[in-house]
Amino acid sequence: MTSHVFKPDMPPPVKTVGVLAWMRSNLFSSWLNTLLTLFALYLVWLIVPPLLQWSIFDANWVGTTRADCTKEGACWVFIQQRFGQFMYGYYPTELRWRVDLTVWLSVIGAAPLFVSRFPRKAIYGLCFLVAYPIVAYTLLHGGYLGLTTVPTSQWGGLMLTLVIATVGIVGALPLGILLALGRRSNMPAVKVVCVTFIEFWRGVPLITVLFMSSVMLPLFLPEGMSFDKLLRAMIGVILFQSAYIAEVVRGGLQAIPKGQYEAAAAMGLGYWRAMGLVILPQALKLVIPGIVNTFIALFKDTSLVIIIGLFDLLNSVKQAAADPTWLGMATEGYVFAALVFWIFCFGMSRYSMHLERKLDTGHKR
Amino acid sequence: MQNQIGAPKGLSLSDPRVRAWLFQIITVVAVVALGWYLFHNTQTNLQHRGITSGFDFLERSAGFGIAQHLIPYTEQDSYARVFVIGLLNTLLVTFIGIVLATLLGFIIGVARLSPNWMINKLATVYVETFRNIPPLLQILFWYFAVFLTLPGPRGSININDAFFISNRGLNMPGASVAEGFWPFVVSLVLAILAIVLMVRLANRRFEATGEPFHKFWVGLFLFFGIPALSVLLFGSPLHWEMPQLKGFNFVGGWVLIPELLALTLALTIYTAAFIAEIVRSGIRSVSYGQTEAARSLGLREGPTLRKVIIPQALRVIIPPLTSQYLNLAKNSSLAAGIGYPEMVSLFAGTVLNQTGQAIEVIAITMSVYLAISISISLLMNWYNKRIALIER
Repeated sequence: MTSHVFKPDMPPPVKTVGVLAWMRSNLFSSWLNTLLTLFALYLVWLIVPPLLQWSIFDANWVGTTRADCTKEGACWVFIQQRFGQFMYGYYPTELRWRVDLTVWLSVIGAAPLFVSRFPRKAIYGLCFLVAYPIVAYTLLHGGYLGLTTVPTSQWGGLMLTLVIATVGIVGALPLGILLALGRRSNMPAVKVVCVTFIEFWRGVPLITVLFMSSVMLPLFLPEGMSFDKLLRAMIGVILFQSAYIAEVVRGGLQAIPKGQYEAAAAMGLGYWRAMGLVILPQALKLVIPGIVNTFIALFKDTSLVIIIGLFDLLNSVKQAAADPTWLGMATEGYVFAALVFWIFCFGMSRYSMHLERKLDTGHKR
Repeated sequence: MQNQIGAPKGLSLSDPRVRAWLFQIITVVAVVALGWYLFHNTQTNLQHRGITSGFDFLERSAGFGIAQHLIPYTEQDSYARVFVIGLLNTLLVTFIGIVLATLLGFIIGVARLSPNWMINKLATVYVETFRNIPPLLQILFWYFAVFLTLPGPRGSININDAFFISNRGLNMPGASVAEGFWPFVVSLVLAILAIVLMVRLANRRFEATGEPFHKFWVGLFLFFGIPALSVLLFGSPLHWEMPQLKGFNFVGGWVLIPELLALTLALTIYTAAFIAEIVRSGIRSVSYGQTEAARSLGLREGPTLRKVIIPQALRVIIPPLTSQYLNLAKNSSLAAGIGYPEMVSLFAGTVLNQTGQAIEVIAITMSVYLAISISISLLMNWYNKRIALIER
């Protein structure tokens, strides 16, 4: 008796596997698709080779002055020479280690927050949030512990952009949460105040807010009391941003099922404890991606401080491009600034997507 | 009469209603006190600086030139007229930006859903690139790195001898009213009325007898046919004037200044990236079952899209689209970075510097943006309510 032996499987038809099949189904499935593919290829051919030519193959990489830029393409020498200014503004060169140290401290300090198994993360995070700004301010501004004072008018570049964005979000978060709670409150007077505040700031462009904080804030304050220009800009940014945060947080509050509110009340918790222990922990977790997106928007918006004469990254580039010894370098400068902004914003948006997937614990019904 | 069980007698802090009242009174008092404090400070500050408040300054003569004005303007005109010019320029940018960004955004949004790999990836690259670069940076780039580095009028890029692109902007043929203008307008109105009537009749007939009618083609014929007849009978409605290079600049025709071009281009590209994402998520929110259901009812590709997919996708698309339109209107204020004469750079910039009336100028500017914001959102809310799904 011979046992039955199956014949080996036939290989799948050539048309259905491999690169050719993929191309057939994804690029040339119909005449319209073929036409679109050709059109897309034409676009790529139109854009990519000249761009690479300009930015890499024909670019000038070495040298110290404009005269060294002899080739047709981009003159990255300009960026190399002005890199310090783009990063630190007019911060004194010999004190720039303080900025670097601040950045490293934030990286090292915040790193445990991104490790999911770190014990007592909330308490650590809170301590970090309180301690770090004090350390950072002392380091950046100086004046204590024998550090030389660097007035904020000398701050600039990417460092200033980061400072404004960070202070903006940290300041706006608590205010925004309060506003969101106020907007959902049962008390009409509180609700009206919060709604008016939120809708007002959301209805005007940030640029007018910055104008207001630079020309009107001095009028609002008692005589003799005056603020630093940077602080004024920050106050404007915080007020503006808190309205947007409030709307994001409101979305989270609305997504919490009513049963949670009722359960908290049934446990005998008062308003603040119900919010702090039951509702907000759940609601904030839901809106973390939204808050990151708001932060991205804020990060992009910090470039507007150019209007009131602060030297953030964009304004440093604009200033450097107007330098008579480097005329005609506007394109290189803006491309560089765009790249820096892009890396930050793209990185954060990826992180926000990652969080969205990670935190998705099934509240959607 | 029965007493409420457990209700404390008199006023007590353990009564939540009393607490609510107390809290609200404190809030109102705090807000009023803050307002009064700021007002008081402002009053004293203004007195010390010798600034008289009030809106009288609007009557005074401005005395500076403006690069682009949609209504006639001379340097002797008042600040009030400068305000109107700034407002019109803002509205112009907003309007052009919304139209172009919507078109581009829809095309790219649909492209992101395309089964074609190349088109899909190109659209993704577009979206990820442009929405992650600050709009102000994009405006500055187009203005300083592109438009200002173009050749002068003599070396301008010539398109069909009608459009010239140079560092002075875009010169294009200008239109002026010719003898056939009013008949043309009347015929256009007639054509629209005829189309409305035709659609109503056709719909009524369709509901009564089930016989379809070629509404689209007949409508198209009416829309172009009636105005064409008017042109044949009464002559051309508009007189076109071509730009001519004379000396160092162009004469005749219309010119779009480079500031306007840079601003609209940057805002369009930036906002389109966001609109594309909205369109994509809107279309994807309509489940595939809807398409299958439409197919099983015997609808073809076109009607499936028009009658099943798009109406449902629009419900998801409209609310975030509105907020993008609002963002565009607000972002038009970034023109201050390149000096395009709109509300912020013209009024809150130049006029404020000349008059020193900070409070009035900023208040007017902010209220204009608030008014624009509120009217766009009211309009969109109305539309949204009209198309919203009515459940049970």
